[in-house]
Amino acid sequence: MADLSVTFCGIRSPNPFWLASAPPTNTGDQVMRAFDAGWGGAVWKTIGDPIVNVSSRYSSVDLGGVRMMGLNNIELITDRTPEINFKEITEVKKRYPNHVVIASLMVESKRETWHEFVRRAEDAGADGLELNFGCPHGMSERGMGAAVGQVPDYTCQITEWVKEAAKTPVIVKLTPNITDITYAARAAKKGGADAVSLINTINSITGIDLDSFAPRPSVAGRSSHGGYCGPAVKPIALNMVASVAQANLGIPISGIGGISTWRDVVEFMLLGSTTVQVCTAVMHHGFRIVADMIDGLSNYLDDKGFASPADLCGRALPSVTKWEELNLNYKIIANVDQAKCIGCGLCYVACNDGAHQSIEAKPRPEGRTDVRILEDHCVGCNLCSLVCPVYDCITMKKVETGRPPVNWKEYSSSPDKYPYLKDPHH
Amino acid sequence: METVDQFQELKPALGADEALAEANRCLMCFDAPCTRACPTHIDVPAFIKKIATGNPRGSARTILSANVLGASCARVCPTEVLCEGACVLNDLHHKPIAIGRLQRHATDWAMARGEGPKRLLSPAQRRDDLPRVAILGAGPAGLACGAELSRLGVGAVIFDAAERPGGLNTRGVAEYKITPAFALREVEWVRELGVEIRSGVTVGRDVPLADLERDFAAIFVGVGLGKIQPLGVPGESLDGALDALDFIAELKVSRARAADRVRGRRVVVIGGGNTAIDAVTQSARLGASEVWLVYRRAQAAMPAYRHEQALALGAGCRFVFEAAPVRLDGDKAVQSITLVRMRSEGEGRTAALAPIPGSEFTIACDVVLKANGQTANQSLLAALPGVELRKSRPVVNDDMQTTNPRYFAGGDCVSGGKEVVNAVADGRTAARAIARKLGSKEAA
Ligand SMILES: Cc1cc2nc3c(=O)[nH]c(=O)nc-3n(C[C@H](O)[C@H](O)[C@H](O)COP(=O)(O)OP(=O)(O)OC[C@H]3O[C@@H](n4cnc5c(N)ncnc54)[C@H](O)[C@@H]3O)c2cc1C
Ligand SMILES: Cc1cc2nc3c(=O)[nH]c(=O)nc-3n(C[C@H](O)[C@H](O)[C@H](O)COP(=O)(O)O)c2cc1C
Ligand code: SF4
Repeated sequence: MADLSVTFCGIRSPNPFWLASAPPTNTGDQVMRAFDAGWGGAVWKTIGDPIVNVSSRYSSVDLGGVRMMGLNNIELITDRTPEINFKEITEVKKRYPNHVVIASLMVESKRETWHEFVRRAEDAGADGLELNFGCPHGMSERGMGAAVGQVPDYTCQITEWVKEAAKTPVIVKLTPNITDITYAARAAKKGGADAVSLINTINSITGIDLDSFAPRPSVAGRSSHGGYCGPAVKPIALNMVASVAQANLGIPISGIGGISTWRDVVEFMLLGSTTVQVCTAVMHHGFRIVADMIDGLSNYLDDKGFASPADLCGRALPSVTKWEELNLNYKIIANVDQAKCIGCGLCYVACNDGAHQSIEAKPRPEGRTDVRILEDHCVGCNLCSLVCPVYDCITMKKVETGRPPVNWKEYSSSPDKYPYLKDPHH
Repeated sequence: METVDQFQELKPALGADEALAEANRCLMCFDAPCTRACPTHIDVPAFIKKIATGNPRGSARTILSANVLGASCARVCPTEVLCEGACVLNDLHHKPIAIGRLQRHATDWAMARGEGPKRLLSPAQRRDDLPRVAILGAGPAGLACGAELSRLGVGAVIFDAAERPGGLNTRGVAEYKITPAFALREVEWVRELGVEIRSGVTVGRDVPLADLERDFAAIFVGVGLGKIQPLGVPGESLDGALDALDFIAELKVSRARAADRVRGRRVVVIGGGNTAIDAVTQSARLGASEVWLVYRRAQAAMPAYRHEQALALGAGCRFVFEAAPVRLDGDKAVQSITLVRMRSEGEGRTAALAPIPGSEFTIACDVVLKANGQTANQSLLAALPGVELRKSRPVVNDDMQTTNPRYFAGGDCVSGGKEVVNAVADGRTAARAIARKLGSKEAA
């Protein structure tokens, strides 16, 4: 069995699975139960000057009867005093010396205050610090959280202050509420960060009550925008992780955003994450989900012949390229396995109305619909295979055109060399 | 001891969460097989999608616009062989969408709010310049015909021989599917549309056909079928031998009276169709000590649906195949039935049958219920002027028009006995043709 332990900016962790700074890491009791369940580390719920929370604070988006495809919150940082939090960190570290406890911090933008909290966190025994420059609601109105993360100069400045005092590694947690996350990542690196973690939550309004017109979650009929997370945000997080990884800053990444299963974990690693952090999936199903993450990741590593999760880090990055480098002569077309087809006609209506009119439909006498791909027409867009409800019924088959690879750069410099590319069905 | 209601609903209402989860399972097939399988072609994916989006009113509207008796169909349709039988998820998940129960979810919503077809379907204004239509029979066929005519602005009067309207929906369909009270509430929906229903009027006896021909421009015949045909064996008139339809009709009026007839007794039901299967299942549920179903052919030839057979077997009924009655024995009341083994010359429901000499045997019993096929409503059908009958059924074209252009017909009296939903489809088809003929713009 593969050894799942990892080292992240100098911090050794029994495995790459950490709890993100959020309600699951509110208290020492929770963190210890999480460690018992198998989590390798926990980023403590962000510590700062105690705040006051509203009562109604989470709302979600369901998809097709499945609950919490996306979760939204208007919760602030911890509502418990720094004293209690630091005391509990000390207790946890005493009982679980080999597990990782990271103190997430957010205080007013004053050098001395940051110095004070860095010192207290490290005195408590934290293995590292995570700077919360991402909280997109409430705290940002007070000049903290995303208000810092959205201005690279502030990010750099505060990171520098923290580094002046810190003896343990400093992780800067980035906000996705910006146009290009690499600016924020570079600023963190410039300020001396030892690592970055991403993403924090995305600005969101999950919905409006159609009777009362109150946004969700309703606080006496009103609400503010919140932060969105959970499975819905994973594609956005993956793209941001890849962008930061490809910026080659030379500091490791802790990947966050919509991770629910070991498969998600592997994807984040392949795009450059060394560790991962999880919040929503634990809020939904509890600490126990880590068991399958551990099991699934180690089976995957064994199956693929990798010795350690570190071997996965960034392996998919070479395949993430600019569009202009893609081969215009690569051709696939749809193929329907008639033996598996249940005759629902969904591919037909999707292609006919939403793609390229390349499927023919005929009603079968007993009521179902027969489909046939018009191969000369099919552009290979994949849509039919995406809507087909039957596993592996519509697959995309490679067509050998005998033509050499040509990308946009080559084509656009001498289009006359490739006249056939002007035909949309090339 | 806790008692279980033996007649609790077979397919109970879905909870709100259950309905949402089930609705979201629907794939929304293109040109959906379920819609094609439904004789009234309800747009099933559309009404299910509306449940999923929290639009029960729209869902009920979709259902009722295709099938005005969609509420009872949701309860009584053999969905296993119709929409749900056609569902592609039978292949993918071995479990179709619970279409009937979802349909019930939407129509129950409408029922609970009293939002019937009048409110949901925005029927056309009544055209008093158009002549009215007479409808014979307030069963599903007649009700659907009247409702559709009304939607198209044409006035209709339904005459029904029975005290309570609804036809077999009120008097015949098993109690664990639909109650008379529910069937009657649905009849009220049809009345609300402006259809007049005159109950307790037997056409041909209380009202001559000639009067109807004088007063109405067109006549729709939806009189259903008649009594069960006689067994034609000695002892048929002994006490304890009765028409299964009378027994079921009694049950639908008073469960206690029907129970008195069979509780603790041994019951033999003759026949292999859905009436026979309902009779055995309901006898067992009423507390009969032994229940036998005797069918003259092999099980493979049995017209009763598989799922109904399973229900009967689950209720403790025993089936005897390839046997037919020879006589009923007893002094005043039935004490036993003598049967003979039958041999079939080939397979299927039409193969010739012959008794096997010397193979007689008896089953001791107290009650014999005859369910060996209904007769046609011969006295009325034969009296219809210029209406050609074939096998005692009116011959009709695609518009359900008979060979006398003023007469239309549909439902069991034409099909020889199908389902409620088929009768509804017939009634609606006829109504559209009649309205067109009478000059309704909406029907054009
Ligand atoms: C025991 C039994 C169980 C059934 N179970 C089911 C089931 O579970 N699901 C299902 O879908 N179908 C079931 N059916 C079939 C279904 O009930 C019929 O297909 C359907 O009711 C036919 O409708 P109809 O309008 O043609 O006839 P009917 O429902 O028979 O209605 C005919 C009406 O015409 C009236 N009438 C007759 N003669 C005259 C006259 N001379 N003047 C005035 N009125 C007259 C009668 O009083 C009656 O109300 C069952 C049938 C039976 C017998
Ligand atoms: C209710 C809630 C509270 C959160 N509080 C914090 C916080 O205090 N500090 C922080 O850095 N991130 C906070 N987050 C963001 C998470 O740590 C994480 O970045 C985000 O939820 C994305 O991960 P996920 O998709 O696994 O939930 C919070 C998220 C939620 C849902
Ligand atoms: S791949 Fe796209 S174009 Fe080709 S058949 Fe499928 S949906 Fe149509």
